[in-house]
Amino acid sequence: MIRTAINRLLLGIVTVACVYTVTFVMVMIVPGNPFAAGERNMPSEVLSALEARYDVNNPVRYFGQFLAGAVRFDFGPSFQYRDWTCTQIIAQSLTVSATLGFLAILIAVAVGVPIGVFSAMNRGKWFDHAALGFALLGVSLPTFVTGSFLLIVCGVFLKWFPVGGWGTLGHIPLPAITLSLPFIAYVARLTRAGMLDALSGDFVRTAIAKGAPHREIIWKHVFRVAFLPVLSYIGPAAAQAMTGSFVVEKVFGVPGIGQHFVNSALNLDRGLILSTVLVFAVMLVVFNMVVDVVYMYVDPRVRNG
Amino acid sequence: MVSEPAIMPPPTPATWRRFLARKRGLAGSIILTILIGIAIFAPVIASDQPIVCRHKGTLHFPALVDVLHRLPFASSVIEKSPPFNRADYDPKSNAEQYEFVVWPLIAISPTEITRDALQPPSSQHWLGTDGSGRDIASRMVHGAAVSVQVGIVSMSIAALIGIVVGAVAGYSGGWLDAILSRFIEIVICFPEFFLILCMMVWVQPSIVNVMIIVGLTRWTTIARFTRGEFIKLRSREFVTAAHAIGAGSTRVMFRHLLPNALAPVLVTIVFGVANAILIEAGLSWLGFGVQPPNPSWGGLLRDAYTNIRVAPHMVYPPCVAIFVTVLACNLAGDALREALDARDPTTTRKASEA
Repeated sequence: MIRTAINRLLLGIVTVACVYTVTFVMVMIVPGNPFAAGERNMPSEVLSALEARYDVNNPVRYFGQFLAGAVRFDFGPSFQYRDWTCTQIIAQSLTVSATLGFLAILIAVAVGVPIGVFSAMNRGKWFDHAALGFALLGVSLPTFVTGSFLLIVCGVFLKWFPVGGWGTLGHIPLPAITLSLPFIAYVARLTRAGMLDALSGDFVRTAIAKGAPHREIIWKHVFRVAFLPVLSYIGPAAAQAMTGSFVVEKVFGVPGIGQHFVNSALNLDRGLILSTVLVFAVMLVVFNMVVDVVYMYVDPRVRNG
Repeated sequence: MVSEPAIMPPPTPATWRRFLARKRGLAGSIILTILIGIAIFAPVIASDQPIVCRHKGTLHFPALVDVLHRLPFASSVIEKSPPFNRADYDPKSNAEQYEFVVWPLIAISPTEITRDALQPPSSQHWLGTDGSGRDIASRMVHGAAVSVQVGIVSMSIAALIGIVVGAVAGYSGGWLDAILSRFIEIVICFPEFFLILCMMVWVQPSIVNVMIIVGLTRWTTIARFTRGEFIKLRSREFVTAAHAIGAGSTRVMFRHLLPNALAPVLVTIVFGVANAILIEAGLSWLGFGVQPPNPSWGGLLRDAYTNIRVAPHMVYPPCVAIFVTVLACNLAGDALREALDARDPTTTRKASEA
């Protein structure tokens, strides 16, 4: 078991290293100068001084330097927001996005799992149909639609929450709910499918035959199996949710990290591109690893196999 | 869950009957058929060119010719009709020139700029006009063509890459599988929008490039499912039998294994189309997709957002259209999965990683 965990860790490190290298090569060969984007051409001395400061002309050294810094969570200066280091930008925006993303996943599990379980228990009845319909809506509605809708209804008309922005507790619910909607839908569908699958297993028949109470069968035997696919979905989903969504941030005016993925690429902000991509890759790898470890505890077949 | 990995039978005519027997499958496929119809015949539905007209004694089919001109290479075979001008057309003065004219349902070009900007829906402009006085109904019809094209072309590219990578990885196993699986994992580790935007810096934003880039970045799920299915199938008797009668690896992979592995892959592709349409809308919304003045649903939504206080009517058509299209794809995908007796794509994730 420990060997498997170490194996996963090493593979994860290799993956992140590859992602870093590919991003670096992409960033370096992209045409355009990150400093030439200003409105006026700057004097050549200033430009060369800037290039020297940001080490633009020595990619090999920059490659090593950035990596050496990144290991210590020091991502160097941002090319676009000159008063900021990438570490500051990421620390600030990731806190916001991680809060929202964590809440979104929490809501998704807290709402999606019961919906999935009950619709599997009531297969073909009205609750099942309603739940499936809801799940379909959640998957099909783009977040810029649901977000705008929630904002207009709860923010503008009902005045329950402030209209966009960030800073108080009141700013959290709307974007968190918007972000969670597709996840709720997916978790509900996965739980339902897993429950139906597990209910047809032989061990359920055995449990019924030996006279185990209904409640115990559902929650102790069936649910444990049915939750596995949900678990493996939550890993990457959490990484996705916690690294922010550009659309949700734009709709609600939330200063999260999602905007930096887009803006850094547009601004050719090499430092910020590399750091945001690294953060995303590391989070994805780590969350997948956590899921794998949890799997080993929950699923004896994986533990021993 | 189950010790013996369940394989889905390949699609048969019975599968399609089962698919269409489901309300969801029927509804989804009807909506998608209508949508594809609108996309193909967009110039006949909304254009400033007549469908049929007799001009100075000869018959012309300008809008129909426009439909054919969208096909590749057609422009070299069929000549474009002389442009007719809707503004010049006056049934009284040039009645002897135009003996009869059949105009499209929405007789306005999607890029025609008029003076009535930001008009609410009226009998003249069914869905109102945008900031430049362009007819939204006409733009919606032509935007459908963009979405359908993006969905189909990008997923074809993705399916091609995904199936080949997944098939090779799953069939050969060993070091090749290890390398390819790592490659898939690395591609997944890139934030989706970032990867697309990075490629967009290289090429000019246009619909063709959007299709190619979405296709080049969205194949990982398809590859994973193909790989998983191939791993499940490769030790079956029929594969051994095929080898025994001397079939080569490529033949076994694509003639024997692929048809049996296609079912779950097909479901992933249908859901992928929905995703591709959403990505295109998102990209155009950001301004990286289809370039104005060419219409697309994402672009329409972008225009709507800039004018939301003055002309809230602009928001609804693209929102509803995107929603209905994605919903139709999801309905069709759901029904297809049930008809194929497939599991939810994500539940097989662990199996495919085994």
